[in-house]
Amino acid sequence: MKHWLPLFALAALVLGCTATAEPIPTAQPTVVEPRELRIMTYSSFDISEEVIAQFEEAHNARLSFLDAGDTGQMVSQAILSKDNPQADVLYGIDNTFLSRALEAGIFEPYRPAALDHIPDTLELDPEYRVVPVDYGDVCLNYDRAYFEDNALPIPQALDDLTAPQYRGLLVVENPASSSPGLAFLLTTVAVFGEDGYLDFWTRLRDNDVLVVDSWDTAYYSEFSGGAYSEGTRPLVVSYATSPAAEVYFSETPIDTPPTGAITGPGTCFRQIEFVGILRNARNRDLAEAFVEFVLSDTFQSDIPLHMWVFPASETATLPDVFVAHAVEAKEPAVVSAEAIEQNREAWIQAWTDVVLK
Amino acid sequence: MDHPGQPKLTWRETRQRARRRPTLEFALLLAIPLIFLLLFYFYPLGEILRVSLLSQDAGGVRQLVARLLAPSSRRLIAFTLGQALLSTFLTLLAGLPGAYVLAKYDFPGRRILQALATVPFVLPTVVVAAALNAVLGPKSPLNHWLGTSFDLRYTFAAILIAHVFYNYAVVLRLVRGFWVTLDPRLEEAARTLGASPWRAFWHVTLPLLAPALLTATTLIFIFCFTSFGVVLILGGPRFATLEVAIYRQTIHFANLPLAAALSLVQILFTFGLTVVYTRLQRRVTRPLDLKPQWSTQRPVRKPREIILVVVNAVVMLGLLTYPLLVLVGRSFDEGLHYYRALFENPRHSIFYVPPLAAIGNSLHIALRTTALALVLGLLTALALYRGGVAWLFDTLFMLPLGTSAVTLGLGYLLAFDTPPLDLRGTPTLIVLAHTLVGLPFVVRGLLPALQAIRPSLREAAAVLGARRLAVFLEVDLPIVWRALAVGAVFAFTVSMGEFGATSMIARPEFPTIPIAIYRFLSRPGSLNYGQAMAMATILMAVCSAGFLAIERLRPPGTQPF
Repeated sequence: MKHWLPLFALAALVLGCTATAEPIPTAQPTVVEPRELRIMTYSSFDISEEVIAQFEEAHNARLSFLDAGDTGQMVSQAILSKDNPQADVLYGIDNTFLSRALEAGIFEPYRPAALDHIPDTLELDPEYRVVPVDYGDVCLNYDRAYFEDNALPIPQALDDLTAPQYRGLLVVENPASSSPGLAFLLTTVAVFGEDGYLDFWTRLRDNDVLVVDSWDTAYYSEFSGGAYSEGTRPLVVSYATSPAAEVYFSETPIDTPPTGAITGPGTCFRQIEFVGILRNARNRDLAEAFVEFVLSDTFQSDIPLHMWVFPASETATLPDVFVAHAVEAKEPAVVSAEAIEQNREAWIQAWTDVVLK
Repeated sequence: MDHPGQPKLTWRETRQRARRRPTLEFALLLAIPLIFLLLFYFYPLGEILRVSLLSQDAGGVRQLVARLLAPSSRRLIAFTLGQALLSTFLTLLAGLPGAYVLAKYDFPGRRILQALATVPFVLPTVVVAAALNAVLGPKSPLNHWLGTSFDLRYTFAAILIAHVFYNYAVVLRLVRGFWVTLDPRLEEAARTLGASPWRAFWHVTLPLLAPALLTATTLIFIFCFTSFGVVLILGGPRFATLEVAIYRQTIHFANLPLAAALSLVQILFTFGLTVVYTRLQRRVTRPLDLKPQWSTQRPVRKPREIILVVVNAVVMLGLLTYPLLVLVGRSFDEGLHYYRALFENPRHSIFYVPPLAAIGNSLHIALRTTALALVLGLLTALALYRGGVAWLFDTLFMLPLGTSAVTLGLGYLLAFDTPPLDLRGTPTLIVLAHTLVGLPFVVRGLLPALQAIRPSLREAAAVLGARRLAVFLEVDLPIVWRALAVGAVFAFTVSMGEFGATSMIARPEFPTIPIAIYRFLSRPGSLNYGQAMAMATILMAVCSAGFLAIERLRPPGTQPF
């Protein structure tokens, strides 16, 4: 056997891998015989180990998270598997998908006590099938350096974007494939009305707006304020917290963010995210305790630095980088969850016909 | 073997005889792969189609059919077909010279060049988009050197270029892998008889190469036909293929019936294509004396050959490796800062991905996938290579390649939710999903090789007293080892880079490298971007090492290939 060594090594590797029960987990499981609570969430979900450990110890539970892709995929999966749900709690459904999920009847109502700390404007479901847990504002971001170097005033309202001085400076995402893209479209529907938004988009198209498929393409490849961008466009649809994230994730410490967010009235869309207990959940009492916990100050104060959205609770403490650099939208555009569900396809189709053809 | 007076058997007659052999062996070999396919492909597919379509009454069905026949749908299908055809043609055009050079000549760095050329196949589109956009955009170095100012981003050309970029490896591995086993003396004989190099190639080599060419063409076409990320991200919002439409209808518009109908259309096209392919395949296969690599390759001698090799290497590196170097360069922009940051978890995130864990998980899944795909693929190929009614089964095994990942992912959700098949949320499901895609590769790589083995070799072994298994181990296996290695490389690659289906059935505690990259890229900040690039570089390095390792394996007792 001339080449037994590499053959043996590969065989050992394959056998070793197949013999191993599970791949290497990154979270450390607790030791005592706890009950399992399954939480279905999206891929951007993140929180501190200590916060999770706190819940697990207090309730002798073991939390297991199911990554169901992005919000849309998560909702599709939850609805399809509602008779035999994959999880007990769903975290992260937002107001653009809320109506679809409520109509499919996948949640069970529960009113946590901690709801008292949540502003009423966020509570979109009077039956408490879901409760708000955080919110993010989809706003235009601009590249400070570009606007300073060219002595351009920063646009204050959506209509400004169609002015000649901003020609070819804006990049947006396709609402058919991107969540912030859809949010921006909904902003225009709310601001200009169902009769006027297409006219706005026609003017925007004539003003040389660039449409790309997703946030990361827009931000990292087209936005001139993003890292390593070959992009030349200083205006992008992103989040109100993006400038703060730029400061936090900068490789060298900086005091002012290189970008800014436009948060004036009628320029942003508020994406509210909810948590709800799924029908046929296994450990109902644990699920309820988890919902309470998610609205508690411990969890809520931990959200900003992990998921870069604002906590729903008024009593949560914001980290310094948020206080200094993250601005909430004033008077964000509002479109009801039902209207979104009913008209989504029609609006996107009409938009596609105007902007992409 | 030939008795005087007895007529010689033609190749066709030999095959027909082989077909009439007892079908018990055929059934036994095919049983396990078939059960695998039925359980993990047809069953979940059936579930999702049932749930999506049976909710429709007669009126709903009529509406659905009307929608499928509407001009917008026809445009969609026409575009999907057209871009796939063009992409396949361009990929073959670009890849064949490379396959030729790497098959015929042995030169220092050949293996590394081969490994590098395969790396694009493994990268998630999300990563490649950044690299290709850097090369295709107005700030591209090409613009700088050539003094032009082109901007090819979000154009049809970008889609074509990206498809060539991704699928070059398929031509290289499949065609080159087969070419290197062809006896060069056949072409040389034609040359001594007076044929020009071109005539010798056209009339001798090309027909011999036909099985591998056909296979490569079919696979690349199916890939481009079901293309999702490339069309969505690099083509931009103006373009949509069937797969993109299926995704949008499922996820964004929750129009499951239409999505299911579109999925069926996609599967039907794949089925039709594969039927054509299998019929053609049987016609072009010939018996060959397959040669080991050391006897067909030769070192580079003449200056003309040197130029050929160098030019080819430059083209390959320029097309395939340069965009990736852009990524690698960015990952090292702050020295090792981003790499070190990968090992830190400053906010104690519960879903922090230690790079070693991500690599370990990716490798674990990829190796399990490769092993399973090899075993199942070998059984399948052994059952199918004899021809006959086997072509139908051959077609069935190709169907997973042409099925929408979204549809199948949802099918898994519905099908595997109760014991004993409660596999949701387990890594096993990921391995199974990856194997479905890796299996056709192994089969496609093995079939031409198995079919090309002269039956006389096996008969000789049998006459000398060897049992079936010994014949297989001593005659078939060493000859097709190269083909097996090609299949293994593909199965490994597909698994390492798979993102779409995995993202639907993954657990955040067991991240794989592509998922980790995606997580970094979904946040602003140079630290996140840099870490994404660092992870992508690690993925490239791990895969290259994997390719080189797989290729170095040989069965015991054989000469170095």
